[in-house]
Amino acid sequence: MDLSFGPRYEDFRSEVRQFIQEHGSKSPQAGNSGSKKAMAWQTLLIENGYAARTIPKDYGGYGGSPDIIESRIIAEEFSKKQISTGLGGQGISMLVPVLLEMGSEAQKKQFVGPTIRGEMLWCQGYSEPGAGSDLASLSTKAVIDGDDWVINGQKIWTSTAHLADWIFCLVRTEPTKPKHQGISFLLFKMNTPGIEIRPLVDMTGDANFNEVFFTDVRVPKDQIVGERGQGWMVANAILGHERGSLAPPDAAQSRLNGVIKLMEEKNFAGEKVIDNPVFRDRLMKIQGRILAMKCNDLRLLSAKINKNQDTQLASMIVKLQGTELRHELESLAIDVMGELGLAYGDNPYIKGGGSWQYQYMYYLGLIIGGGTSQIQKNIISERGLGMPREPKIERKD
Amino acid sequence: MEFGLSNDQSLLQNQVARFLKEKVPLDLVRAVAEGRQTDRIIWSELTELGLPGIMIDESLGGLGLGLLDASIIAERLGYGVTPSPFLTSAIIAPTVLQLSKQREDILSKIVTGETRVGIAFNQAIRPAHESGFEIKNGKLDGSLLFAIDSDADYYLVADSDKTIYLIDRNSAGLESIPLSTVEKTRSSAELKFSQVEGDKISDDPDIFDKAWNAGLVGLAADNLGAAQCALDQAVNYANQREQFNRVIASFQAVKHMCAEMAAQLEPCRAMVWYAAHAFSDIPEESTMMASHTKAHLSEVGQFVTRTSTEVHGGMGFTDLVGLHYWFKRCGFNRQALGSPELLRDRAAIAQDLVP
Ligand SMILES: Cc1cc2nc3c(=O)[nH]c(=O)nc-3n(C[C@H](O)[C@H](O)[C@H](O)COP(=O)(O)OP(=O)(O)OC[C@H]3O[C@@H](n4cnc5c(N)ncnc54)[C@H](O)[C@@H]3O)c2cc1C
Repeated sequence: MDLSFGPRYEDFRSEVRQFIQEHGSKSPQAGNSGSKKAMAWQTLLIENGYAARTIPKDYGGYGGSPDIIESRIIAEEFSKKQISTGLGGQGISMLVPVLLEMGSEAQKKQFVGPTIRGEMLWCQGYSEPGAGSDLASLSTKAVIDGDDWVINGQKIWTSTAHLADWIFCLVRTEPTKPKHQGISFLLFKMNTPGIEIRPLVDMTGDANFNEVFFTDVRVPKDQIVGERGQGWMVANAILGHERGSLAPPDAAQSRLNGVIKLMEEKNFAGEKVIDNPVFRDRLMKIQGRILAMKCNDLRLLSAKINKNQDTQLASMIVKLQGTELRHELESLAIDVMGELGLAYGDNPYIKGGGSWQYQYMYYLGLIIGGGTSQIQKNIISERGLGMPREPKIERKD
Repeated sequence: MEFGLSNDQSLLQNQVARFLKEKVPLDLVRAVAEGRQTDRIIWSELTELGLPGIMIDESLGGLGLGLLDASIIAERLGYGVTPSPFLTSAIIAPTVLQLSKQREDILSKIVTGETRVGIAFNQAIRPAHESGFEIKNGKLDGSLLFAIDSDADYYLVADSDKTIYLIDRNSAGLESIPLSTVEKTRSSAELKFSQVEGDKISDDPDIFDKAWNAGLVGLAADNLGAAQCALDQAVNYANQREQFNRVIASFQAVKHMCAEMAAQLEPCRAMVWYAAHAFSDIPEESTMMASHTKAHLSEVGQFVTRTSTEVHGGMGFTDLVGLHYWFKRCGFNRQALGSPELLRDRAAIAQDLVP
């Protein structure tokens, strides 16, 4: 047991702190990703190796060698000072890792640089009206015509499709093959003729996701990642990436500190919610669970570095536990505020800019998105505990 | 950076696991629980492995290891619902006596298995019912309920100021009466004092708190093992039992019960490690972590043992299968040294969140 990173890494930590002290004031607020400020910040981060750290220089990254501890230290120091760690989004967090692993040289050169700089925004076109949890049954189809793919069909729940320049999309290209082997992974521009985007308002009141319709959309033949029919494999590499990152325990911890602050505020009668033992017990219960997830996270980190522990189950449970826990945490904040927790929109009494109300709904979405809790439980029981797989039932038609 | 068990720790844990599997099968556990045997033969076997002295200094013949090492043993004892005085004699008593630098003679005899030390801390934690004692001129009068280990040769008892006294089981005026509880793999006693000689060991509340923290981590580790075994049994049983011409493990309701158990339990392993590590290496977090860990493990242990019982259907409820031993083990661990509510409050106090 040794939780220190050693002197070399402590030097590295001082470097990071130095950078934050010098440049931290240039960091944008969280959530304003499209702004000039955010783009300039991203460029600065890449130049100094605090974003795109391990992406080769040829593709626009910093070109550092992969070091899990360095990445961890950067994340820790930035989050301590609440400094932005740079741009996120589906392009950077999901597509780039996949292109680096499975993209062609030309694709890496064309897409990685602009994506990590925030010049090229992406959306993820997987889910369809008839293919949600059962994603592999998707039916949007693409056929070759001359030098192009011609795409017809519909996607749904496509987050940020209305803002995106490009889409990474799963389409059926081999209709006669078994469903998992008939899918291909295509990349194309969102302004291609034949694409129609219809916003879908979600329960937060925002239209974060969309329906996307394809009618005879023509896409150059070479804009495919991997081979024809390998799309499922490519997609799964990304899904793995997505799941673990949906509910990081450090973020839960800092939200918990926010709830404690809320509970310590005095009302008109001079009372504080934190002094109420029932509320305090709810808070402590959630804190205990967050601590368990933080320790689990530490174990996963150690396993990555030292490669001497079997942590398959420990990583499999993160999405399920993390998103449900986070939703409960945000719900506690609402209860702490009582009727004030109902305030929304431009209500003058709203606290924290309405972030509690927003996240309390948003995290319900994350319990569903990226593989629902029930799907997670199927995975845990089948792959983690070795229980029988769900029976396969053939299509009726 | 390394957050996990060392090679030595894994080896030790595997050795103890194999040993318990062979030497303390459920039949023996049952014999102790039903009063046909005592845990003394088990304790003397564990003594051969050096386990009573795991935390006792090498100069006294012990292994000189830390709470993390003791916890991974506690985990195996919980896994096997092994009857033994490990928590009190190997974790709590050595912590008290070594921190207070008292009674090396007793520590040496714990190592050799000659002496067992029970504890009765509930007056300092939360008095049970109307029990309690007073002390005047070094003499104790009153009573304490639910002292842990009815077979002990000495007891460490604490008053409401967290002052700790050592009582010899053979002292004049002491009556020790075994108390029957749901948990039969570890024993409880009522101690009645009438002008009983008390040897003051420590009046430093910090020593009491440290011993309390060590005990909490030990109980949490015991629960981790017990719950893990209950989950393993559920998965095994589900993979064998057939209904409607299929194994019940193929029913999604059963799979999801098991997945939920695993999802709650798996992070607990890292939490117990961390709490044990904090005890020795991160003192400023120790009380908060020990309290949270025991409270959280109590909740998870209760959920897992209950759910595992459900997965077994009627079999789970029978004495025959014996799953109830794990349920009750977690039931004992939940109340001992403070209920989850009490400990969460203690965690809040440790963070200055209580007025
Ligand atoms: C906020 C949000 C953002 C999203 N963003 C995107 C995006 O950018 N791109 C994209 O492609 N998709 C996105 N999605 C879609 C998301 O991946 C799907 O909603 C999700 O996979 C579930 O599919 P579904 O909605 O069709 O529900 P269904 O699959 O119809 O599920 C309905 C219910 O049935 C249960 N169920 C289904 N199958 C099983 C089974 N085998 N066993 C047990 N229970 C089962 C589910 O758990 C659920 O409770 C997003 C979703 C949300 C909520």
